[in-house]
Amino acid sequence: MALKQALPRVTAEGSESQITPQKMPFLARLWRDAPLLVMVAPAAIVLLLFTYIPLLGSVVAWMDYVPFLGFTGSDWVGWDNFTALVSDPAFWSAVWNTLQITFLQLVLFFPVPILLAVLLNTVAVPMAKNFVQSVIYLPHFLSWVIIIALFQQVLGGAGVVNRFLITHGLTPFEVMSNPDTFKLLLTTQAIWKDAGWGTIIFLAAIAAIDPGLYESATMDGAGAWRRFWHITLPGMRPIIVLLLILRLGDSLTVGFEQILLQRDAVGPGSAEVLDTFVYYNGVVDGSWGTATAAGLIKGVVSLFLVLAANKIAHRFGEEGVYKR
Amino acid sequence: MSNPGRPVWLGKPKPVAVALKALALALISAVVIFPFLVVVSTSLATKKQIDANGGYVLWPTEISFEAYHQIFNGTQVARSIVISVGVTVVGTAFSLFCTVLAAYGLSRRGSLFQRGLLSFVLLTLLFGPGMIPVYLMVKQLGMLDSYWSLIIPGAVSAFNIVIVRGFIQGIPKELFDAARIDGAGEWRILRTIVLPLSKAVIAVVGLFLAVGYWNNYFSPLLYLNDTQKWPLQLVMRTFVLQNNITSTAHTIPGYVAPPAQSVQMALVAIATLPILCVYPFLTKHMSKGMLTGAIKG
Repeated sequence: MALKQALPRVTAEGSESQITPQKMPFLARLWRDAPLLVMVAPAAIVLLLFTYIPLLGSVVAWMDYVPFLGFTGSDWVGWDNFTALVSDPAFWSAVWNTLQITFLQLVLFFPVPILLAVLLNTVAVPMAKNFVQSVIYLPHFLSWVIIIALFQQVLGGAGVVNRFLITHGLTPFEVMSNPDTFKLLLTTQAIWKDAGWGTIIFLAAIAAIDPGLYESATMDGAGAWRRFWHITLPGMRPIIVLLLILRLGDSLTVGFEQILLQRDAVGPGSAEVLDTFVYYNGVVDGSWGTATAAGLIKGVVSLFLVLAANKIAHRFGEEGVYKR
Repeated sequence: MSNPGRPVWLGKPKPVAVALKALALALISAVVIFPFLVVVSTSLATKKQIDANGGYVLWPTEISFEAYHQIFNGTQVARSIVISVGVTVVGTAFSLFCTVLAAYGLSRRGSLFQRGLLSFVLLTLLFGPGMIPVYLMVKQLGMLDSYWSLIIPGAVSAFNIVIVRGFIQGIPKELFDAARIDGAGEWRILRTIVLPLSKAVIAVVGLFLAVGYWNNYFSPLLYLNDTQKWPLQLVMRTFVLQNNITSTAHTIPGYVAPPAQSVQMALVAIATLPILCVYPFLTKHMSKGMLTGAIKG
C-alpha cells in the first residue's frame, strides 16, 4: 500500500516519466500531499489572521471607526479621512521629517559600511580582522532601548563627554534633547548600531572578486587607489545598487522604535515621522480612520517606490530585486 | 616570514599606512566598546563613587554588587525578567514550529497547491497591513493584555520560511526518494531526514528569532495595558530612558520611585547579557550560509 503511493511520486519526479503530477487525479494528489498541506497550515493561518485579514481591515480608512460599534456598526465616510489628512499640517510635517531623515541616512549612513568593508578587506592579520568584525557586529543585536541608554550615558547632559567638558572648563553641549540636531543624532545612532553589520554583505561581494584581476592590475602598474576604483567598486556595484533600491523603497520607513523612544525628549516638531504619526493618531488619540488612511498611503507609496526603483535599476542594466 | 593573508605581488606595506590603518581600527573598536565599559563599570561601582563622579564611573575603585542584589531581590524588575525569558522561549519555539513545518511543506515542487501557497507566503514580503489594522485585529481576537499578543502576530516571517526552505531544497533528492520507497510518510521524513540535516539553519533562525523576542519593546507597549505584565525592555525604557530624557517623572503604577543610577546601569547590563551569551554562535554562522541563501532569495 505504502509502496504503491510512493511509486507514482518517484516516477513523476524522474525526467522521462509517463505519469506527470498534473495527470494524477486530484483526489490522489490530495491524499498524497495532505500531510504537506497540514504542515503549511499553522503558518498560513497566522499570515491569514495577522496579514491578509488586517489588509481587508484597512477599509477602516474609509470609516468613522468607533471601537465600541465595531466594523459593522461604524459609519462609512467616503474619502473624508483622506481629505482631512491632506489638509493636516502635522501630516505633511511628518512626511517632510521622514524624507529628511531618509536623505540624511542615504548620504551619511549608506557609504559607511562600504568604506568599512573595504578597510576591513585590506587587513591582512586574521586575528585583528576577526576581532574588529566581532566588535562592530555586536550593536546590531541590541535593542533600541539599550542603544539609547548607552548614548545617554556617553553623550547625555550628565554623560561622560559633558562631564569631561564641564570639569575642564568647556561649554557642555546637549545633543540628546536638542531638536535642531535630532536628525543627525538619529543618523549617528543608526550608524553606530548597524554600519558594522552592514559590512557583511559588502565583504561577501569583495570576496567574490577574482584575485587575479588585482594581481594583473598591480603588474600593469595600478596603485591601490586605481585598483579600488576599477576593480573593487565595480565588483560591488550590483549589491550596492540592490541595497540602494531596497533603501529607496523603504524611504518612508525610518527607525520607528528608535524615534518613538526619543520623541518626547525633542518634541514632535522635529521627531514626528509617518510611523509615529500613525501610532499617536490611532492608538493614542483614537483617530482610527485617519491613522489607518495615513498607514495605507504609506504602504501604497512604498510599494510604488520599490517597483519604480527596480525599473530604474533594470534600465541601468542591473538585476535589481527581481528579474524582468 | 611574510604574512599568510597578504599576497606576494602586493609587496611590502608601508609602515605609515599600517600604522594609520591600525589606528583607524582601534578607534572604531573603541567607539563601540566604550559605552559598554561605562555601563558595566557604573553598575558595579559604589554609590559614593558614582556621586563623587557625577553620575557615571569609568573604572570602579571598589566592586559592589549592591545594584544587582537590589534587582534580584525586588519583585518588580525580577518579574519583568521572568516575563521576558518566558516570552522569548515560548515565542521562539512557536515561531520555529510554524516556520520549519511551512518550509518543508512548501519545499517540494509540484505538490498540491504548492505554487499558490508559496505565493501566499511570499506576497507578504511586498506589503504589510500597517500598524492600526493589526492592532484592531489583535483587539478583536481578545488578545490585548495577553502574552500571546507579543508572540503570535509576528510569529511567521516569509523571510525565515524562505531561508529554511532553501536549505531543505538543498538536501539531495535521493534521500527523500529512498525514504518514500521504504514507506516513510511525510512526517517521518521530516523527523528523520529533514530535521537532523537542517539543524544548523534551524539553530541560526532560532537565535535570530530569540534575539528579536528578547529585544521587542513596541509590541508590549502597544498590546499590554497592564503594567504588571511588562517585560524587561519596557520596564527598562521607563526606568532608564524616561527618567533622564523627559522632565515629567514617569513611574509605573505599582512600582516604587525611580532607581539609582547604578541600578539603571545594572538593568542595561542584564538586558545585554543574554545577547552576549548567544553572540559567539551568531557570528559563527551568520556570515556563512545565512546570508548567501538570503541574497539568492
